[in-house]
Amino acid sequence: MELTSSILKVSHLNVTLDGQKILHDISFDLNRDDTVAVVGPNGAGKSVLFRALLGLIPYTGTIVWEKNIKINYIPQRFTIDSDFPLTVREFLNFKTKNHHTILSALRSVGITDEHHINHHLLNQRLGWLSGGQIQRVLIAWAIIDQPDVILFDEPTAGIDVGGEETIYHLIKKLKDEKDLTILIISHDLNVVYKYATTVLCLNKDMVCYGAPTDALDPSALKALYGEATFLTHDHQHK
Amino acid sequence: MVCYISNGMSDIFFLQLIIGGAIGIGAGYIGAFMILRRMALVGDALSHVALPGLALALLFNFNPFVGAFTALFVAIVGIWILERKTSIPSETLVGIFFTTALALGILLTPQPELLEALFGDIGNVARMDLYITLPIIALVMIALKLISKPLALSTISKDLTRSMKIPVNTINFLFLLMVAIIVALGIKVTGTLLMGALVIIPAAAGRNISRTFSHYTFMSAVLGGVAAISGIIIAHQYGFTPGPLVVLSGGTLFLVSLLFKQQ
Repeated sequence: MELTSSILKVSHLNVTLDGQKILHDISFDLNRDDTVAVVGPNGAGKSVLFRALLGLIPYTGTIVWEKNIKINYIPQRFTIDSDFPLTVREFLNFKTKNHHTILSALRSVGITDEHHINHHLLNQRLGWLSGGQIQRVLIAWAIIDQPDVILFDEPTAGIDVGGEETIYHLIKKLKDEKDLTILIISHDLNVVYKYATTVLCLNKDMVCYGAPTDALDPSALKALYGEATFLTHDHQHK
Repeated sequence: MVCYISNGMSDIFFLQLIIGGAIGIGAGYIGAFMILRRMALVGDALSHVALPGLALALLFNFNPFVGAFTALFVAIVGIWILERKTSIPSETLVGIFFTTALALGILLTPQPELLEALFGDIGNVARMDLYITLPIIALVMIALKLISKPLALSTISKDLTRSMKIPVNTINFLFLLMVAIIVALGIKVTGTLLMGALVIIPAAAGRNISRTFSHYTFMSAVLGGVAAISGIIIAHQYGFTPGPLVVLSGGTLFLVSLLFKQQ
């Protein structure tokens, strides 16, 4: 039963870049409809794990996705110059020219005012949008062609605290509405407890994997962030 | 007799306008993508590499376009490989490799032809140039249009584009190949020293006045054509070498475009 719902199998994944070991012996299975949070300190190899899962970098070990699966990816560093002449419409048109599909994707990410969409947002340059708006458009871009899996690399980097909460809430809402499996890199442990069904702790090695309340035990937190951060976290949840 | 000569003259002038205009359009269009990819400096220096190829063509009497294109192609493949295999930034590679090529080219080019090679001479065009230039420009522009989506996307995020199973490296290579073709053709108009300007300036002006991507690429091409044609006309009127005037026209268009800059 477990086997049929497994959408991804990773075993003994190792990644070495420029002679440096970045990921060491990572193995896990991912079930359909899971929301997996990947946590770990800076330089733990979180983004590298995503890039390996997408086949963008060389690795050893095996990564097996379910057949004919559609995976979309939102990279962390999505910076676009304000004078880059590309409108939101043109950006979304790279995926589909169908206006109704575009409208429905934008509606799904909470942009519902059709007048605003048609007369303002779509004609706006992508680089003129605020961090939160860009993130919404990117999420719309990611869901527009009905993927099975979305990989989010720190979707709230560069967004203020209030906006962060909204984006995570939005991702959860999408997950509830659509048949989606989500992998998300996050720095925020509160997010993990609130939105993830599974947590993958990474510090070059895989430190923990499982339901957040079980997997993120004191020893895992210590292996991830050291003693000091463990205490801070402990304080937050008491 | 007088009438025949004047017809002959205007024929050549007409040829200059068509060939120059087409090259301007092609250069402006490809320049639009080069500017977005922050290749302005590369484009400028790259044109210098054509000189040794041009020199060899003059020395051994084969088509200068073939010589220039071969030199550019070798340089581009070299940069493409070195960029992937070493961690030396491409700007440094360009700075070393391309200026060395210019120095070598200046030494190799026979003295009487040096000025023409450096600053171009579209006055020398023949009908044959038309038959070569127009189809090549048309083909490059169609090919560029076909890969414009992945080109634009990979400029924003290489990883995002690669995650969509788009072969970014191949697309980049094809793009560089097209740059080599356009630069090699353009040397006829502006010479090896100034060709970079014909690629960069119209696109920079186009960027100032455009909000959308399609308008930007279209306007870059149009302004490239306008710069080339107006430069050739002014040069013809006042008896100057066309190359520098084409670049000056482009520079003027850029200044005017600043007045209409999209905020």
